[in-house]
Parts: sequence; structure tokens; C-alpha cells
Amino acid sequence: MAVKNFVVGLFDDEAVLFPAVKKVRTAGYKLHDVYTPFPVHGLDHAMGLRETSLHTAGFIYGITGTTTALSFMSWVFNVDWPLNIGGKPHFPLPAFIPITFELTVLFAAVGMVMTFCYLCQLMPGVKKHIFHPRQTDDKFVMVIELTEKTNAEEVKRFLNEAGAHDINEQRAEAGWWYGRFDQADEDIHARPVNA
Amino acid sequence: MSLKYESTLREPLVDGVKDYHQVTEDIISPIEGKPGKLWYVGFLISLSLLGFGAFSVFWQIYFGVGVWNLNKTIGWGWDITNFVWWVGIGHAGTLISAILLLFRQGWRTGVNRAAEAMTIFAVMCAGQFPIIHMGRVWMGFFILPYPNTRGPVWVNFNSPLLWDVFAISTYFTVSLLFWYSGLIPDFATIRDRAKTKLRKLLYGVASFGWTGSTKHWQRHEALSLVLAGLSTPLVLSVHTIVSFDFATSVIPGWHTTIFPPYFVAGAIFSGFAMVQTLLIITRKILHLEEYITLGHMEAMNKVIVLTGSVVGCAYLTELFMAWYGANPYEFATFFKYRAAGPLGWSYWIMMTCNVITPQVFWFRKMRRNVMVTFVMSIIVNIGMWFERFVIICTSLYRDYLPSSWSYYRPSWPEVGFYMGTFGLFFTCYFLFAKYFPVIAVAEIKSILKTSGENFKEGMEKYEGETAEQFAHAVHHEHAH
Repeated sequence: MAVKNFVVGLFDDEAVLFPAVKKVRTAGYKLHDVYTPFPVHGLDHAMGLRETSLHTAGFIYGITGTTTALSFMSWVFNVDWPLNIGGKPHFPLPAFIPITFELTVLFAAVGMVMTFCYLCQLMPGVKKHIFHPRQTDDKFVMVIELTEKTNAEEVKRFLNEAGAHDINEQRAEAGWWYGRFDQADEDIHARPVNA
Repeated sequence: MSLKYESTLREPLVDGVKDYHQVTEDIISPIEGKPGKLWYVGFLISLSLLGFGAFSVFWQIYFGVGVWNLNKTIGWGWDITNFVWWVGIGHAGTLISAILLLFRQGWRTGVNRAAEAMTIFAVMCAGQFPIIHMGRVWMGFFILPYPNTRGPVWVNFNSPLLWDVFAISTYFTVSLLFWYSGLIPDFATIRDRAKTKLRKLLYGVASFGWTGSTKHWQRHEALSLVLAGLSTPLVLSVHTIVSFDFATSVIPGWHTTIFPPYFVAGAIFSGFAMVQTLLIITRKILHLEEYITLGHMEAMNKVIVLTGSVVGCAYLTELFMAWYGANPYEFATFFKYRAAGPLGWSYWIMMTCNVITPQVFWFRKMRRNVMVTFVMSIIVNIGMWFERFVIICTSLYRDYLPSSWSYYRPSWPEVGFYMGTFGLFFTCYFLFAKYFPVIAVAEIKSILKTSGENFKEGMEKYEGETAEQFAHAVHHEHAH
């Protein structure tokens, strides 16, 4: 993506975080993201994110599995090599149900996990900027993107009033790149603005 | 005060004074320290068992299936018994992670990670048996429907044994995906607090670059919910299909329609017993008594007594139908060669361990007693092993032709193979307990403020309030 400037603030309590998210949105600041150590229910709605369509994708993968299994087995038994197995019918639907069901589940699960990883850019070797090491531990990290129209000091003051602490400014890559977490972010990433 | 509020009548799911950081510390710090002596001892024992198992399998492959004591009459012995037993054990993990998620049972968060790991390792062990039992394992790929140069001659999609191939491999794949998708955020937690470079690198790779973004959590929640919804019928289907291996045959004692529910209940029964065995040791060694509480054990013991009673009902139904069905062969199987006869002892071990002893769990004192639970969990697993042995061997050893009647006891490679799967299972479990968060850290945090002991204190004053008063108080507090 691109390297951008951010103002980062930490919250200790989700009860303080929710009103703060609301205030950021009414004030019109560009809320980059809120990083939380666990799923905070309702935060996605508070931030105005739209519902995910992952379920729909899962359904589509599922019916793909169903049709694959049914059509493949019927093709094998009727077209490719019709074999008389103890005089049983060539389209024994009840006997096809177990494999059809298993393939439905398999396609849906594998497809959904892969879609999830694709949408969230998750893969071994993928690296992203971590705004605060405790965002996966106990802090709720609010990140506001600075644009030409926003004044960094003003945003900091605003976050302070909203109940955040350890407010700082960071310059970082907003997207992902291939990298290792045991190495420092590459020069361009996460360079402190005032350093 | 939290916006969510749970009645104080409900037992806390996390004991002690905890905040989010303390939860991370408690669960992650054993991973960062050196393992204790007990860990090394246990790990080495598991490794040597695994080695012995590998040798037994080598012996069997080198000399052929003849080294097993199977014969023309008893074609399935310890191999298939162990297969069904291990698959069954796996079922509790999926029940905890999927079915209890759909039922919104908060207590699952304390035990689901370890139970799912158990599922995966158990299915890995189970899968060994049908493959090795083929005899010529190098022909194992014949079970896959792939376009081959022999026609192509396809597999028989009517065969329950082929359904098994699909069921077990799907079950393993989906369980693994479900487990790993839950692990990603916790690996990120370990990565971000790692002090050493190597740990940061490895957990960085394992965490797939997870950051904890709200949008990602939203998708993660959706993914977990749908995977749970898929796993629920899947877990029921897997043991149903395993039971079809028997039920679709015409052997008296196997040919019954009761098998699918009976097998599923038995699977959950033995699986929960194995979860208890593992977690009682894990919580003690890793000092996780505040997360895996007596309340958790009591809940699982309730499941054990329920499923144990379902299994007991199934045994009695089988006996009743064997008499009421007026089929002389079925009657003979159950009353002459199962409950009596040369292998009758195995039937009574099964009855004692599965039906009689679990009844102690009707008493709350017993359900909350760690020692009783531990001993019972082992008894149940012995009982459930014998159930599969009884179903398989006592139906086979007296067939339609008295001249082919036989007896069966395993040879050392069969026993060694079984011990080897214990080695595999515990080797994996020891590595898991050392390097993976054994409790789902993020999930515990999400229930902490409603179900943690210190957050429940002071909630009594709200018990008498109406919903309006409570809402008003919350609103008032947030106005400041």
C-alpha cells in the first residue's frame, strides 16, 4: 500500500473505547483501525464497518462441493465405466449422500479459510506494522490516519480527552509486505516522525 | 462496570483476580520458560513408545499381515478396534469447539484449545490403523479416486469403507483448519511479547502476520461461527459413517440400525473421558487451575454421565432386540457368545466400565472431585475400548459355520502398534503443551469481564434491579 502518518493512542478499557470511537467519527477524523487483543462485540458496528460476506462465500463453496461430488460419482458410475456391482443401480442416491456431504463440508471449510486468509492478508511470511506490542495482549490501540487536513497536535489532544494514553505519532506502511518479525521494520516503515 | 452482566448465580469461569494482561501472563509464560523435569520424562517415554510402534509397524510391513493374530474368521481385531477407539476420542474436541459454540456455552473457552488438539492427534493415530491394516501399504493410494491407467477403474462409491476415507480425511482437515484459525491470534500474542529473536521469527511465521484489526476480528468471528456450523453435522456424520462399516454388513451383532446414534454417543463419552485425563494433568503441571476450574470438570462429567447412560440404553436395546427380533443367529451372538462364551469377559468389562461406574457422577461431590474424575476418565476409556472390541470380535469369532469358530488374542506387533499410537499421541500432546497456548487466550479475554471471579464481585446489588433500572445506571455512568 503506502507509507502514511498516524497518531496512535492506547485504551485500557472497552467501556472507554466505544465512546471514543463514536467521538472520532463525529469529529470526522480518518479512523485507520482499532487493534484489539480479542474480538470486541459491536466494535465493528461502532466503527461503521459493513458486515462481512464470508458466510455467503462459504455457502457458494459448499454447493460447489455438493455438485462436484454428485456429478463426479454419477459420471463415473454411468458414463466413464458403468460397472455392475451386485446388481445395484447405477445412480444409488442414498449411497452417494455420505461422500456428497463430506465434500460439501470440505469445500466450504477449505474455501472459507483460504478466502479469510486472502481477505485479511494472512500467510506465513507476511509482515505488517505493529503499532504497539501490547495490541495483542491487553491494550486497545486506536490508530488515526493523518491527512493534509488534519493537525497532528490537535488529534493528540483530542485522543487524550477521549481517554487514551501513551499517545504518539508513527510513520508506517499501512499494508503488508514480506518480512520477518525478528528483524526491525525496513527503513521506510515505522520511522518515528520526530526522530 | 461492564455493559454486559452475568448473574452471580452462575459460577465464575475464571477464578482469581485477573485482568487481560494477567491472562496473557498465566497462559503464555509456560511457553517462554524451560520445560520442567516431568515434561522431559514424559516426552522421552512417549518418544520411546513411538519408536517401538514404528518398529512393530516395520515388522508387520516387512513380514506381512501374517505376523498379526488375525485369521480367516476374525479379520478385524485390535487394528479396527483401535481405529474406532481413536476416532471416537477425537469427537469430544469437536463437540466442545463446535457444538458448544453454537449453544453459546461460555465454559468451552477454558478447554476448547486442548480438546481440539486432542481431536487432531487422535485422528492422526486413528488413520494409521486402516492404512497399515491394508497389508500392502504401498498400494494405499488405490483408495483414492484418481484417473489411473488400469481402465481407469474407479473406487466403489457404494462402499462404506470408501465413505470412511472421505469422512476421516475431511474430519481431519476441517478440525485442523478450525484449530489453526483459532491459534493465529494467540500466536500473534506470543510473537509480540517475545524476547528472543528465534521465538519472534517462528511465532511471526506461525501467526501469519496477524495484527488484531477490528475488520479481521469480524471476519474471524464469522469464520469461527460457520466452521462450527459445518463441524457440528460433520462430527455426527463421521462416527455415523464409521458405524456404517459395521451396520451395512450382514453379520449378526453388526447389522443394526441403532448403530449411528449409539456410536456417536459412545464417541463423545470416551472423548470427554480423554479430555478429562489430559486436562487434569495439564492444569496441574502448567498451574492453570484458575482457568480449568472444578466447574469445567463438573460440566464435562455431566456430559459423561449423560452419554454414558445413552450408551447403556443402547446396550440394553440391543439385547432386547436380539430377543424380540426372533432371529436365532442374532440371539446366539448376544446371549451365547457375547454375554457368555470364551470372550464373555470382555463384555462384562465393557458393561462395568461404561454403564455401572459412571453412575457415580450423579453426585455433585463426585463430579467435583479431581481424583475420582481422573480415575473414572481412565475407566471409561478402558470400557470404551472394550466396547469396540466386543462389537468387532465377539460378532466375528462365532460365525455361521462352527468349523471355522476361533479365538483371538493379539500378537506383539499388534500390541506394539497400539502402544506406538499412544507414543504418537503423547509426543504430539507434549509438544503442543510446551509450544502452543493450551488455553485460547483471546477467547478467555472475551468472557473475562462477564464471567471472571473478580468482575462478578459487587454485582449482587444489581440482582434485584429491573432491566430499565440497570440500563439507566449504565447510561448514567457513561455520561460521566
